[in-house]
Amino acid sequence: MPRLSIEEVEHVAWLARLRLSEAEKQRLTGDLNTILAHFERLQQLDTTGVEGTSHAVPMSNRYRDDEPRPSLPREEFLREAPDARDAFFVVPRIVET
Amino acid sequence: MATLFAKVETVLGMEVHAELLTQSKMFCGCSTQFGAPPNSQCCPVCLGLPGSLPVPNRAAVEHVLRTALALNCRINWRSIFHRKNYFYPDLPKAYQISQYDVPIGVDGYLDVRLDGEVKRIRIRRVHLEEDTGKLFHIEAATSFVDYNRSGVPLMEVVSEPDIYSAEEARAYLRALRLVLVWIGASDGKMEQGSLRCEPNISIRPAGTTELGTKVELKNLNSFQSVYQGVAYEVERQTQALARGEELVQETRRWDEERLITAPMRTKEYAHDYRYFPEPDLVPLEFDAPWIERLRAGLPELPEARYARYVRDYGLSEYEASLLIERDQPQVSDFFDAALRAYGGDPKRVSNWMQSDFLRLFNAAGEDWPAVKVRPEHLAAMLKLQDKGQISGKIAKEVFEVMWTTGKPPEQIVQERGLQVIGTEEDLAPIIDQVLAQHPAVVESIRKGEEGKFNFLVGQVMRATRGKADPGLVNRMLRERIAG
Repeated sequence: MPRLSIEEVEHVAWLARLRLSEAEKQRLTGDLNTILAHFERLQQLDTTGVEGTSHAVPMSNRYRDDEPRPSLPREEFLREAPDARDAFFVVPRIVET
Repeated sequence: MATLFAKVETVLGMEVHAELLTQSKMFCGCSTQFGAPPNSQCCPVCLGLPGSLPVPNRAAVEHVLRTALALNCRINWRSIFHRKNYFYPDLPKAYQISQYDVPIGVDGYLDVRLDGEVKRIRIRRVHLEEDTGKLFHIEAATSFVDYNRSGVPLMEVVSEPDIYSAEEARAYLRALRLVLVWIGASDGKMEQGSLRCEPNISIRPAGTTELGTKVELKNLNSFQSVYQGVAYEVERQTQALARGEELVQETRRWDEERLITAPMRTKEYAHDYRYFPEPDLVPLEFDAPWIERLRAGLPELPEARYARYVRDYGLSEYEASLLIERDQPQVSDFFDAALRAYGGDPKRVSNWMQSDFLRLFNAAGEDWPAVKVRPEHLAAMLKLQDKGQISGKIAKEVFEVMWTTGKPPEQIVQERGLQVIGTEEDLAPIIDQVLAQHPAVVESIRKGEEGKFNFLVGQVMRATRGKADPGLVNRMLRERIAG
């Protein structure tokens, strides 16, 4: 029984900026519903008293001291940009005002 | 702006973002220096290049902990970072590392002083995140991006909707800013964008408890624009409701030129951020020794100092504010130290601080490191005056020399020969000479023109360059005039 509609798949694809063909939408809707069904099964497990896991490694408090270190020379990364001018990255305008 | 529709009340919550005062960025070693050439402070981590991994800056975490403590928050012993996902060119990773359901501090409050009353505003949360890059819209079809700011440690302080007017919003921001500056978490420079404020504003019929439609306001770069922007928005919403219009939940931008708010095209990227725990960063875990060490390092905060000055020292709110409401807590530290060394009337020390100290301090551009005078020297100078060894006028001169040279007052008095002329023997020739020069004045006083007496006192003070003991001068003149 499908839990995700094709519209929801389209929405998620849009959030991730993925352009999907009709065939891909169909296939992914099926795949995602299979995955959801698996998780539904997992959720039947009794987890009373078990704390939620946010991280898989048993580790905490890894910090660095507040010491500045050299940055990359600008040319090195601007060279890789799809578009750059003067000292700036150049992107299509997305106006927020 | 007066409103015709008095039967509504305003409810505001404030989101304040502060860039934290660190040398390096939140998750990499790039410098945070403001005003550097574009894209000169970037590396694979803050550019979001594949394969790079973030490592948190301990100093930034401690700034947030200290802020949370200063704002009376409960610290979550275990706190984690989340990814907030959205696409926008100021965000090279396509997500911002932020905090979601387990921020560092929760459930605090800040006491805010307004018109002689103290108002408690609850703090919902204090969390840590990273700042975004800066976009420049210079051309029609493109934007220019500078990622120097990308990854600068950023703290968000969110209040509960406990603020009910534009005045309160401004007072809250002032009080919060002062705390952040005093504890060294932020430089508080609103004009440089290191402190940014986004109120959300709604109105509702007075006496009801349900919140109305919220409007978020952006682009408020000064205390004045916070006040004006909120006042404008309250008026706009009130009038819209009075006309029977429906308000929409939206983000509006304060236009500083036209003094209005206008809706922002916030795109459809709406609030579907798909937060999930940041897998590249392990949890933050705090323990009592760490927290208590930070708590012990906090200075006395402005509000506590206010209460002490007003309650214990009898200063007026205004006098207290002149000492406290400054980016340099050193000014009121100085007052406290001088008062301790002096041990006398707090008002007397406060008066000197407000007249002479602050006049010179303000004139010198409020540059604390340049201040040479020491609190114990002010105390010693007041004692010299109390003992009658210098006059009030000379004290002012001594203070100015202490200000410019940092020398102790005794030495200044000695070097410049400023001791009061306090014996009859020393004063007698000067007084006799003044009387001899003004026989007509003496005659008028004898006939009852009492007003002319001060003229003679003035002449003696002038002849002694202000060094004569005024009490003694008075007595000796009286004796001689009475004949």
